[in-house]
Amino acid sequence: MKLLRMKPGHGEVVLAEGDVAVPEQERELIEAFRRELDAGMWAAVPTQAPGGRREAELVKSFAEVPRDAERVIFFPRAAGGAPAALR
Amino acid sequence: MGLALGTAAVVLVVLLWELARPTLKRGLARGVELWAASRRGSAPAGYDPGRERRAEQRARALLRSCVTEHEWAMYRDLGFLRVWGGLGDRARGANAAYAYLIYPHKPIVAYVPETGELLNEYCVAFPDHSKPYGSSRLPDSDDVLAKWMGLTADERRLVGEANMHLPGRQVDPDRVRRDLVRLGRWERELSRSPAAPPAPSPRDNVRAA
Repeated sequence: MKLLRMKPGHGEVVLAEGDVAVPEQERELIEAFRRELDAGMWAAVPTQAPGGRREAELVKSFAEVPRDAERVIFFPRAAGGAPAALR
Repeated sequence: MGLALGTAAVVLVVLLWELARPTLKRGLARGVELWAASRRGSAPAGYDPGRERRAEQRARALLRSCVTEHEWAMYRDLGFLRVWGGLGDRARGANAAYAYLIYPHKPIVAYVPETGELLNEYCVAFPDHSKPYGSSRLPDSDDVLAKWMGLTADERRLVGEANMHLPGRQVDPDRVRRDLVRLGRWERELSRSPAAPPAPSPRDNVRAA
C-alpha cells in the first residue's frame, strides 16, 4: 500500500509505502496516515466497481481503508473558494 | 513660571503622542506588511515554470490512473471532466437528473443533461496552507482529481463545503454551453470510432446501493 499526498508545485509525493500484512510496516503506514489527518488533509481511496466504474471513497481512519487498497491519496480539505474580488 | 511652562509642554507632548499613536501604528503595520509582501515576491521559492510543468505531468498521470479511460480521454481532449450527480431521484449514470462539469481551478458547474440548463456554480478550492513552494495551489490536474474524488466519494459533503452561486458568477455560461455542445459532439464521434475507449453505460454507472 502506498500513501500519496498531492503537493503544490510538485504533484504527488509518496509519504509511506508498505505491506499491511507486516506489522511493522503497517504501524509506519498508520503513523503516516495519522500525521496527514492531523494536518487537516482528506484521505481518499480510489476504487473500481465490478462494472468498470471508477470512484473514490473518503476515509477518516486507517481502519476504514480496505486491506487490499493499493493507495490512499491525501489532499487538502475542501474550502469554499472564490477570488477575493468577488467576495 | 518655568515649572508651569515645562509641565504644560510635557502635557502637550503627551496629548500629541496620544493623538498620533493610532495613525503611526497603522502606518507601521502597513509598512511591515508591504515589506513582507515584497520579500515573498522575491523569494527563491517563487514561480518556476519547469517545476510547475513537471508537477502537472505527475498530476495528469495520477488523474489518469484514477478515472476511467473514457473520463481520461474527455479531460485530455476537452479540458474538463463530467461527473454524474448522485443525489437526485434517479441513479448516477447517463440517466442522472443532473451532472457536474469539473474545470481546473474553476467552480464546479451543475447542469441538467437532458436540457443543458445550468443550475449552479460550486466554488471550492483545496488550498495547501503549508505552501511548499510559496503557493497553496495544487497543479491543475490534482485540483480536478480532488474535485472528482470529492464528488464521487461524498458529493453532499463536497457541495456542502463549497460556496454556491448562480451560473455566470465565475464561469461564463456561454462557454459552458459551448463545452456541453463539444462534449456531445465528442461522445458521438467517439461512439462511432472503432477504437473508442468504453463509455460507461448507465448500468455501469448505477451507484451501488
